[in-house]
Amino acid sequence: MAHEAAHDHHDDHHHAPQGFFQRWVMSTNHKDIGTLYLIFSLTMFFIGGSFAMVIRAELFKPGLQLVQPYFFNEMTTMHALVMIFGAIMPSFVGLGNWMIPLMIGAPDMALPRMNNLSFWILPFAFALLLSTLFLPGGGPAGGWTMYPPLSLQSGSLAYAVFAIHLMGISSIMGAINIIATILNMRAPGMDLLKMPVFVWSWLITAFLLIAVMPVLAGAVTMLLTDKYFGTSFFNPHGGGDPVLYQHVFWFFGHPEVYIMILPAFGIISEIIPTFARKPIFGYRAMVYAIACIAFLSFIVWAHHMFAVGMPVGADIFFMYATMLIAVPTGVKVFNWVATMWGGSMTFETPMLFAIAFVILFTIGGFSGLMLALVPADFQYHDTYFVVAHFHYVLVTGAAFAIMAATYYWLPKWTGHMYSEFWGKVHFWCSVVFVNVLFFPQHFLGLAGMPRRIPDYNVAFADFNMISSIGGFLFGASQLIFLGVIVHCAFFSKKKATDRVWEGARGLEWTLPSPPPHHSFTVPPVVHDEELAHGHVSD
Amino acid sequence: MTSGSIRTDAPRTHRGRTAGIRRIVAASLALVLALGAGLAQADPHPWQLNMTRGSTTWSGEAYFLNNVALGVCVVIGVLVFGAMFIAMFRFRKSRGAVAEKWSHNTTVEIIWTAIPVIILVVLAWMSTGGLVSFANTTGAQMTVKVTGYQWKWRYDYVDYLGKPVSKVDYMSKLDALSDKTRQLDSGMDPYAVKTGDENTYLLNVDKPLVLPIHTKIRFVITSDDVIHSWWVPEFGWKMDAIPGIVNTAWTNISKPGTYRGQCAELCGQDHGFMPIVVKAVSPEDFAKWLAAQQQANAPAAPAPAASAAAPATAQVAPAGSGEHG
Repeated sequence: MAHEAAHDHHDDHHHAPQGFFQRWVMSTNHKDIGTLYLIFSLTMFFIGGSFAMVIRAELFKPGLQLVQPYFFNEMTTMHALVMIFGAIMPSFVGLGNWMIPLMIGAPDMALPRMNNLSFWILPFAFALLLSTLFLPGGGPAGGWTMYPPLSLQSGSLAYAVFAIHLMGISSIMGAINIIATILNMRAPGMDLLKMPVFVWSWLITAFLLIAVMPVLAGAVTMLLTDKYFGTSFFNPHGGGDPVLYQHVFWFFGHPEVYIMILPAFGIISEIIPTFARKPIFGYRAMVYAIACIAFLSFIVWAHHMFAVGMPVGADIFFMYATMLIAVPTGVKVFNWVATMWGGSMTFETPMLFAIAFVILFTIGGFSGLMLALVPADFQYHDTYFVVAHFHYVLVTGAAFAIMAATYYWLPKWTGHMYSEFWGKVHFWCSVVFVNVLFFPQHFLGLAGMPRRIPDYNVAFADFNMISSIGGFLFGASQLIFLGVIVHCAFFSKKKATDRVWEGARGLEWTLPSPPPHHSFTVPPVVHDEELAHGHVSD
Repeated sequence: MTSGSIRTDAPRTHRGRTAGIRRIVAASLALVLALGAGLAQADPHPWQLNMTRGSTTWSGEAYFLNNVALGVCVVIGVLVFGAMFIAMFRFRKSRGAVAEKWSHNTTVEIIWTAIPVIILVVLAWMSTGGLVSFANTTGAQMTVKVTGYQWKWRYDYVDYLGKPVSKVDYMSKLDALSDKTRQLDSGMDPYAVKTGDENTYLLNVDKPLVLPIHTKIRFVITSDDVIHSWWVPEFGWKMDAIPGIVNTAWTNISKPGTYRGQCAELCGQDHGFMPIVVKAVSPEDFAKWLAAQQQANAPAAPAPAASAAAPATAQVAPAGSGEHG
């Protein structure tokens, strides 16, 4: 274990516990729990990715060759649930766990035991969810949105609902912990408006989580009682309304998609200034933009539902509110470009991923703007155009930001440099193949291919084959990512310096690489000029 | 492909005012349109890149907005990504660039907040018109009830030209050849499923919905089990079929033809296998067809059971082969 070698200038009790069980299972240390979250999410990334491989393999050519339609639906459903709740969200919590205390000069998270609990719930939640694939009757197959009445036909609904409850509890506890840490444990002099943008983005995200995870829990609990206890919240035969579920679900669901992108904004806002060697442009505007996006996320939910037959006034309201999100999002993109402008740039792997994020996330934003226009959405809705859209924002958006963050902070975490060559190979393979994978899906959607279908007319064959080839290669490219991480953690000989990157600013870079098991036990003195954004005076 | 041909002819006053602007915008997007519009045809075709223009009086709204929004995004993308690439080229450390210190500029921040707002207001104004015209289902000359089932559609002709239609209703499901071919390990070739020289694998049904052209048709759409969504891309919209709820939508088809679509809302294992086929015919032919259908059904003693199955209505007569009842 590389961590044990931490050149510690503290007392003995600051070392990590020696026993494996004690160290990892009983840990209350933010760094170890952060590592656990990151390893967990990487595992889920590969499990969810293997489901995607099944999907792309079946869609490789017209006709059913590999799986039955019901199993295909299980794959699309589980792929989404695993990637959203298992890969993207826990990895952000892991990054927050590792970096927030280091960035604000805190010794640990505010609530260390709850931190342990919120992580260790997750493996059980996913064991419950994934076990459904091996049960008679199979796993949930009604889509990750679990719209009733279809989801009520599933025999494994209770498993999925309990798993979601556990994930929700975990997320809420993680969010409470992050808020408590940021609001109470900043080092003296670390004013709110001196915090790194990543910390800001997590603070706002945590409030979103606390606001909406209970809503999801409520929605799925109503599904449960509809199925097993004879209630009729969503059952039309008993006077219920299936559309009510969609309103409740998307009231959670839209903030949820920002939960998966706001921390990514924060990461990119750390990385671009570092490698441009220039402070982030418009720090305050960046923070306000995140807050503004978070607020708007609560009033746009029904743009997922333009085809359910809402009154025209509701369509118009949700269309306008949705379009409004383009303004703060645009501000963020412009500010990233302005940060690069006049800088002194180098292009190490984290920067490459960050630049790809800005471009490809923006493409996802463009298709999002198109989807907001209701008359056009009548055509786009529930087609592969939507699939392309949300994969551009979630894969080349959220997942690319997580990869960028991994390369950016891996030397800090492990004390060793990763292989820049293989990092760049991973980047170029990923960025090429992810576009081969998802760009043709825009065309498929525009040509009229619905999403969530296991088979299709031959007119859709060409782009599906291209997309599948891109999918296999993108999936294979991620094995390089795994290799780079394993090499860096266990085999790399090249020691990382404390600062790691020439242009890096912020408290985390004042610590050794790797940081001692317990860091900032004495609050650091915050020098404004040492902060990435602390010298902003506007 | 001119903008004139894609305007709705809905009699609304501000439509005329927008027409001029639309024409200008559309002309400037000729390049984008050339990608797909020139090739626009009724059904999806290999390598299709853009949305269909559609074949109804309203469908051009969706198509036009799609093209305008795409054009706007392409222009903004070229500017933003262009600036990024210039920055990446000019401000490289390897070229000796020295980082500047500024991190703020109120003027440009106001500009790049205001310009998107203006663009969005224009887009919002354009889409609101299309939305309002879609929502107006009044003045329909015909009503068809569409009901979704796992995994087929039922069509009930409710009224036509002010007169109620009775006993013209039938189920419409995936055609037998597609159904055989699509089975796992069927060993059959999807490319061999053809209607004429058109491949209709998974896009063909046993009995299509027959509709008259140049007629404002109101659809009332619902479901008997789970949520489905009735979508014919040539009509320019889809509408969810939800149990317990009756949604409405309308169309006014401009030219005769066969228009194919699919269920667009996940509805279970055979969601991918419940296509929709609309056969649009002239009002004269439609009147004959409708009469033939009523004729065929009238003599049958009212059977309280099995009206949904109604084998007597199975044959969709080719237009013109019917007789007046």
